[in-house]
Amino acid sequence: MSGEPDHAELVEDLLAGKHRALARVITKIENRAPGYRNLVSQLHQHTGDAEVVGITGSPGAGKSTLVDKMANYYRERGETVGVIAVDPSSPFTGGAVLGDRIRMASNVGDMDVFFRSMSARGTLGGLSTATTDAVKALDAFGKDKILIETVGAGQNEIDIVKSADTVAVLVPPGSGDDVQMLKAGILEIADVFVVNKADLDGADRTVQELREMVHMQQDNTASLATGHHGAGSTGGHGEDGESDDHDEGEETEHWEPQIVETVAKDGEGVEELVQTLADHADYLEASGLLEEKARMRYAEEIRNLLRDDVGTLLETEIERRGGIEAFAQQVLERETDPYSVADEIIGPLEDCVDQ
Amino acid sequence: MSADQEQQSIRCLVAKVGLDGHDRGAHVIARAFRDAGFEVIYSGLHNAPDEIVQAAVQEDVNVLGISILSGAHNTLVPKIIDGLKEYDAFEDTLILVGGVVPDDDKAELKELGVAEVFGPGTPMEETIEFVRENAPER
Repeated sequence: MSGEPDHAELVEDLLAGKHRALARVITKIENRAPGYRNLVSQLHQHTGDAEVVGITGSPGAGKSTLVDKMANYYRERGETVGVIAVDPSSPFTGGAVLGDRIRMASNVGDMDVFFRSMSARGTLGGLSTATTDAVKALDAFGKDKILIETVGAGQNEIDIVKSADTVAVLVPPGSGDDVQMLKAGILEIADVFVVNKADLDGADRTVQELREMVHMQQDNTASLATGHHGAGSTGGHGEDGESDDHDEGEETEHWEPQIVETVAKDGEGVEELVQTLADHADYLEASGLLEEKARMRYAEEIRNLLRDDVGTLLETEIERRGGIEAFAQQVLERETDPYSVADEIIGPLEDCVDQ
Repeated sequence: MSADQEQQSIRCLVAKVGLDGHDRGAHVIARAFRDAGFEVIYSGLHNAPDEIVQAAVQEDVNVLGISILSGAHNTLVPKIIDGLKEYDAFEDTLILVGGVVPDDDKAELKELGVAEVFGPGTPMEETIEFVRENAPER
């Protein structure tokens, strides 16, 4: 670690509200530039105040337009906003066209909406592993609201849960078949469903389908008792008010995924959506779930970091012993087998830990 | 720290500034940059200099490619450059101009800080190579 820059000045500038410093910090995070870990460590104590909302949904659902209008709404209330928009990258060249910025028309020239495009840089879920750290940078900078926008292609997109307190999933009208298709993945992570383009034919039907699905899901999660999203209806705003008989002594109120209709291009329904998101934030706070979620996220983050680090250690060790190719060759020639190789390499490490 | 392998990527903002509505060229270059492995942020049409500055600063791009066909480069480009200076983003941003620019104006733009001007018919490879060689480090 010696010789790595400690970026003290950069951190100072970021905390002082310099946009350029914030932009550069995010770049360093994205690039895994030398010393970036130290950088994020220094920021951590300044985080924890922002409300983080994840927005996902299929391509063309209107996420960017909606994010633009939401940012505008928050700004009119005097709050500052950070937006991270994640777009996929080419698996072949690593290149990407990050096109979500185009839709930020309402906030043009307003530096207090800090919009940053991120490429997924090869990660499958469409949510770059650097996103969580970038959120920290925006949080430390002092943004009141942070919106993370990612394409939801299916099950692997549930990554967004790891970065956001509240997740909104956009479902365009007429996506009945898509709804079926998505059922197992992305829809399970929604705290709020947004039927965007609600002025189109079929919107009512989509709302209806979602409503039915939410109730079916309530039954599922209730029996699983995962604790995620709980079950049953909330105090005041159960969409249908149909309550689930989920009574494992959980006397606190539950959150039933809400369904909000919007027409993002006209800003219709944005106020209601923002209110619903705020309700969810209140619910998280009141129920203690906010802290629990944060704790779980940090645990997961630590695990990931450790997994990465251990992986690196192992890579180094394998190299030191002649490289993975050599081992593979020995296995191929039946001199040894994969399990024995693994034991051999991990053995000394295990010994160290045991001591 | 191989798990933390650096993932330097060249980030480019492809910007259409001013009133001209022809963005075929910008699309083509965006796609070519993407295929070259760059991360391309496309600004969309009809941007004011302020918007370009905002985008370039927030996105922390190494390369700003400004596409102008309207002939207004002498008014618009200086405004963008001033804006970048205001946010300390001028020094380490490679500024390129693409479009129809008379030779006299080219010299002037370069004096202002534009690294290169690419006229019609420039082979894509030439532009990409120029970016690879000159994009400032992050």
